[in-house]
Amino acid sequence: MPDDHARHEKVDDLAADTGRIFRELAPRIRDLTPKERLAIPPREMPAQAPDRRVGNVSEVALGYNEEQARVEAARCLGCSGKPCVEGCPVRVDIPGFVAAVADGDFAKAAGILKRDNLLPAICGRVCPQEKQCQARCVVGKALDDPESAVSIGRLERFVADWERLNGRQSMPEVGPSTGKKVAVVGSGPAGLVAAADLRRLGHDVTIFEAFHKPGGVMVYGIPEFRLPKDIVASEIGALKAMGVEIRLNFVVGRTRGVLDLMERDGYDAVFLGVGAGTPRFLGVEGENLVGVFSASEYLTRANLMRAYDRERAHTPICGARVVAVVGGGNVAMDAARTALRLGAEEVHVVYRRTESEMPARAEEVVRAREEGVAFHFLENVRRFIGDDSGRVKSMECYRCELGGPDASGRRSSIEIKGSEFIFDVDTVIVAIGNDPNPLLRKATPGLECDNRGNLVVDSNRMTSLKGVFAGGDIVLGAATVILAMGEGRRAAESIDRFLAGELE
Amino acid sequence: MTEYEITSKERLTENAFRIRVRAPLIAEARRPGQFVILSLDGEYGERIPLTIVDSDVVEGTVTLVFQVVGLTTRLLSMLEVGDSLASLVGPLGAPTRIEKVGKVVCVAGGIGVTPLYPIAKAMKEAGNTVTVIQGARNAGALILEKEIAEVADEVVLCTDDGSKGCRALVTAPLKEMCEGVSKPDLVLAIGPPVMMKFCAETTRPYGVRTIVSLNSIMVDGTGMCGGCRVTVGGETRFVCVDGPEFDGHKVDFDNMIARLGSYRPCERAALECRLDAEIERIKDARRPRAPRKG
Ligand SMILES: Cc1cc2nc3c(=O)[nH]c(=O)nc-3n(C[C@H](O)[C@H](O)[C@H](O)COP(=O)(O)OP(=O)(O)OC[C@H]3O[C@@H](n4cnc5c(N)ncnc54)[C@H](O)[C@@H]3O)c2cc1C
Ligand code: SF4
Ligand code: FES
Repeated sequence: MPDDHARHEKVDDLAADTGRIFRELAPRIRDLTPKERLAIPPREMPAQAPDRRVGNVSEVALGYNEEQARVEAARCLGCSGKPCVEGCPVRVDIPGFVAAVADGDFAKAAGILKRDNLLPAICGRVCPQEKQCQARCVVGKALDDPESAVSIGRLERFVADWERLNGRQSMPEVGPSTGKKVAVVGSGPAGLVAAADLRRLGHDVTIFEAFHKPGGVMVYGIPEFRLPKDIVASEIGALKAMGVEIRLNFVVGRTRGVLDLMERDGYDAVFLGVGAGTPRFLGVEGENLVGVFSASEYLTRANLMRAYDRERAHTPICGARVVAVVGGGNVAMDAARTALRLGAEEVHVVYRRTESEMPARAEEVVRAREEGVAFHFLENVRRFIGDDSGRVKSMECYRCELGGPDASGRRSSIEIKGSEFIFDVDTVIVAIGNDPNPLLRKATPGLECDNRGNLVVDSNRMTSLKGVFAGGDIVLGAATVILAMGEGRRAAESIDRFLAGELE
Repeated sequence: MTEYEITSKERLTENAFRIRVRAPLIAEARRPGQFVILSLDGEYGERIPLTIVDSDVVEGTVTLVFQVVGLTTRLLSMLEVGDSLASLVGPLGAPTRIEKVGKVVCVAGGIGVTPLYPIAKAMKEAGNTVTVIQGARNAGALILEKEIAEVADEVVLCTDDGSKGCRALVTAPLKEMCEGVSKPDLVLAIGPPVMMKFCAETTRPYGVRTIVSLNSIMVDGTGMCGGCRVTVGGETRFVCVDGPEFDGHKVDFDNMIARLGSYRPCERAALECRLDAEIERIKDARRPRAPRKG
């Protein structure tokens, strides 16, 4: 938790304003008319002030207090058609948990949420709600402003935090032992959910993780200021308490092969949740100059290796003055904002399309801008130029315009001829996406993949190898935490059936 | 015995050490040419790659040799038998392609003899004639001499100051061999980047296939960060998964050397600022095992 000095001055104002509304509504909070509900102004998320937060790595968003949560929840109309649920990849009973929040029954809300979402404290923070549940919310539609939809994500976060901070986290019950052993490879959201579900069903579960810390992208990619590592650690603690074993520093395909796990170590099934781990590069001249990083490297140094803690970390990260980040997704936003926190004077995001095509979570773009990140839309990099010592000193860029939709459905970016210009920088972070890591595939004969290298699975999430299942980014391509979790859950169901001999 | 425990430690030269570390699965899986990544502190430690020199499957240990160059190797040199590493992961990288080609010349510079030794041994076992050219600053810096003598058909020693073997750079005997009647069929060079660069330049005019083993800066060692990337034949390759061995005639050494120096200013600062604090920490960690006072 950030200390009080680092808080937004507005925090108190926001709380006081909500307090007034709450006192007015509280007596009738269950019986408000839709019109009254629509009239409640959306509750803003309290946050650290931009100039303060760039000087620390603590979480930016501070979370609702109980009154803010209840007032925001009171905005929900409880639509019988539940359009928001349709927008949620794991179909959380949104009106159900939101009504419990409005009632002040947070324990009940947590129970409802956790039926479908094992990691709500994480999803509440990182899901692109504006593209999922909140995009369908009737309130946003009625007010003709999607940003005024019920803040489902913030409520989800509130409920999960309330549960954790009050020591009320319920542990899923572990079923009677089945005597079956399952190996889960990778400890990202897909692996964690698969492990929890399988353990619940009474199977013995071991997670194998290549890194020295579990959590996948949630620990080495997404920064502390957006997803505190304590939260991930607490979820992993819960898993261990359920009896899931975690073996770190274990690279499946190197330390031991997938088939070895089954044939020699006696695992009855394997789940591969290894993520989309290989950074994509632009493939332009000068990309290997000193000072050009992949976002994966930059963020791993900063987050997992804690290079931001210059007093204590052994892993270096060189000081940067003028940073260019190439790309427009969450990874680009995280890299840009991390660079600011590491002391960069200027951070420029270079994106070849416009703001509306950016895949990043809308809230993070807003926050990045508040923090002083400069955006350069419709620009792209032709090449990187180095100095005599092989360090990057500038980039040659060109301007673009939007064309028709491409394969991804977004409008394509077309170069404007003769628009080249030079941009002086001392550090470049390339954040244009990830490809599947070929390591495991190459080490596992017979494991089928598509032409992009993603593993091919059938409708039961089984790969081409019997008893070997897969899910998350390694199947979907770089996607989202919630989709990876959903895949982990579905794979766990199939694995359970496979172990019972119901799948061939 | 705990995982990653140091089971033996030897000082080879003034600043080079050989340790054995308990890691049964790595010991079993590793092949010549592969390496491990280790760290000495689970929260704040740095991850550094070291080649696996040898392994003992029965004992479940891997042998590592390192030279003190930065913070982590300095701290590692201070650990004793019975201490444990925070983490050790591997075996990483692609194993050396061991094949019978005829005459193999292995060129080792300084500590490079460490990764070279298991390869020379395997090449010999595969039926090749193996010549080792081993170079070092001076006689005191020559390591693994005995082991090398056991596996090589011929050994040529070179020192910068002539204190042992001939006073020459390793490229001098290498050039002679390339000019000789029976040219080498394969040259394997491992050592400081500049040495590998000049070995590749030496063999290039003779068209002798030359493999080098690159030691770039790494983080994960599994292809997930791209920090270890090098330019080979105009293409970007990851040393930790595509390597560590590459065709020396195609490697862009200047770029590789510049990238290796990326953190030099920071590293020196890290070493200076943190050493004292870290030494205290290590002593602290060891304290419980010492008999308690009063
Ligand atoms: C910087 C960044 C920001 C992001 N922001 C968001 C966001 O705001 N919202 C959102 O929804 N999504 C976000 N994403 C995407 C999201 O994190 C991923 O979609 C999700 O983590 C995928 O989960 P996963 O379980 O498939 O894989 P991962 O989280 O990638 O986990 C895979 C794990 O497997 C391990 N592993 C890999 N190979 C092996 C092996 N051979 N043996 C053992 N272990 C192995 C890896 O070390 C890793 O820990 C972001 C991604 C990044 C990189
Ligand atoms: S769509 Fe919006 S208003 Fe309707 S139930 Fe869902 S959250 Fe509530
Ligand atoms: S060390 Fe990260 S990709 Fe090689």
